[in-house]
Amino acid sequence: MRRILDTDTAFRWFCKAGAIVGLAVAIALVAVILKESMLALRTAGFSLVFSAEWNPADGSFGAAGALAGTAATTLLALLMAVPLAFAAALFVNAAPPNVAVPVAHALDLLAAIPSVIYGMWGLFVLCPLLQSVLSRFGIEYTGFGLVPSSLVLALMVLPYVSAVMRDVLAQTPVALVESAMGVGCTRWEATWDVVARSRKAGLLGAIMIGLGRALGETMAVLFVCGGVSAIPTGLLDGCTTIAATLANDFAEADGVHKSALFALGGILLAFEFAIQATTIPLIGRRSRK
Amino acid sequence: MQKKKNKIETKRLNFFYGDHQALFDNDLSIEANKITAVIGPSGCGKSTHLRVYNRIFELHRGQRAEGEVFIDGKDILDPGIDLLDLRRRVGMIFQKPTPFPMSVFDNVAYPIRLHFKASQKEIAERVENALRGAALWDEVKDKLRESGQALSGGQQQRLCIARAIAAEPEILLMDEPTSAIDPVGTLKIEELMDRLRERFTIVIVTHNMQQASRISDTTAFFYKGSIVEVGPTKLIFTNPRNKLTEDYVSGRFG
Repeated sequence: MRRILDTDTAFRWFCKAGAIVGLAVAIALVAVILKESMLALRTAGFSLVFSAEWNPADGSFGAAGALAGTAATTLLALLMAVPLAFAAALFVNAAPPNVAVPVAHALDLLAAIPSVIYGMWGLFVLCPLLQSVLSRFGIEYTGFGLVPSSLVLALMVLPYVSAVMRDVLAQTPVALVESAMGVGCTRWEATWDVVARSRKAGLLGAIMIGLGRALGETMAVLFVCGGVSAIPTGLLDGCTTIAATLANDFAEADGVHKSALFALGGILLAFEFAIQATTIPLIGRRSRK
Repeated sequence: MQKKKNKIETKRLNFFYGDHQALFDNDLSIEANKITAVIGPSGCGKSTHLRVYNRIFELHRGQRAEGEVFIDGKDILDPGIDLLDLRRRVGMIFQKPTPFPMSVFDNVAYPIRLHFKASQKEIAERVENALRGAALWDEVKDKLRESGQALSGGQQQRLCIARAIAAEPEILLMDEPTSAIDPVGTLKIEELMDRLRERFTIVIVTHNMQQASRISDTTAFFYKGSIVEVGPTKLIFTNPRNKLTEDYVSGRFG
């Protein structure tokens, strides 16, 4: 005879265990990062984020350059990716199925490409291309830095942002679009003034998802950023990001250096957490309606 | 005797959803400054017919209309027609209120800014006029800056009427405008329509036969995509010529 009570109790504990493990790992992760970064926080203190002098050999750990690089590459990437993602989402939602479906699949496929491939493509194709194109205009350029980093990031983020925007826009009530067109709007006016405005929260959520991905992206950027730890001042400057610094330095870091990397990881984690926390209610809103 | 003036003149209108034909040789004349009610059972093509007048059906793939629809003597199915101006001249009210995601004021100001060059002061005047015209001004004059979507259902629908009026149309198409509105709100909208007929030609699709008989001058009865009978509302409801019409208005089917 099957004992319902026994199997259900076991099942309940199995589910609980899954949830508890997830939570425990998250808490342990934060605890380890906090503990490990203490040393750097004590020795370097605020210069960790305010100084751009990153020279582990001399014991200077100012990560302002990596912070600025992260902010700049992310911002530039979103500036390029968001309008494109919006356009692609509109296209896919409006095109006839025989066109829309392949395009949608192609976009989704972009998301499936491992980031290291983007990095290799950046290194072997994009950077040399940028270098040769700019040299034709008499501009000497290494090919590495802000421009290729943000381009690669934009490409990587595009499918995610576009997919969420697609879902968000698809939930627009038909009657709302019809009434906008009904008062004599052009397609664009109806889309921008009425539809986008009515889906504002969801669209913002889509952008936040892109932001979250771009901030933490490591491999692809590591290949093309140039690894320059100074604060970039021009578009053609080399740069680095928090994630790229971590990946680059961890292998040979110890002592304060290692601790400083943990502290940077903590900063990244805090940003990502804040983004998650603001995104969930934005995107969640559409499922409640 | 004064000659009747027809605002809309539909000739042999056929309509298709892909391969499926939904309207068959519709001929219908709609008098200016009158309320014409379009009635008939669900799926008979009433809304489909209405949606040809401002060509809003064109938003949807596979939908197409054949035939002629003259508004003031001009065939609006002619591809060369100015579609944006057509939709300004032919306003539409939908079943569910569709306020735009903006303030009460901006909802009404939006079509004004879209179609007319007007100063801020002029816009404010026109918004007030349109809201008065929709019998909504007194209820919203203190919350013009609040979201249009925060109003009650009935108020939202009158806001949509105000928005349509603001574009200074000649024709108002109403596609079951009160079916999602409570009885008090419905009454207000019906009273409003009675006043609007002085300024506009109104065509209303309705499921509610009492509504049709209360407010309309002319009634057209649709059945399976064809127009069975058109006539003065009183006659259609008391002495229809067609057996189908009689069965429908007396509630025997539908």
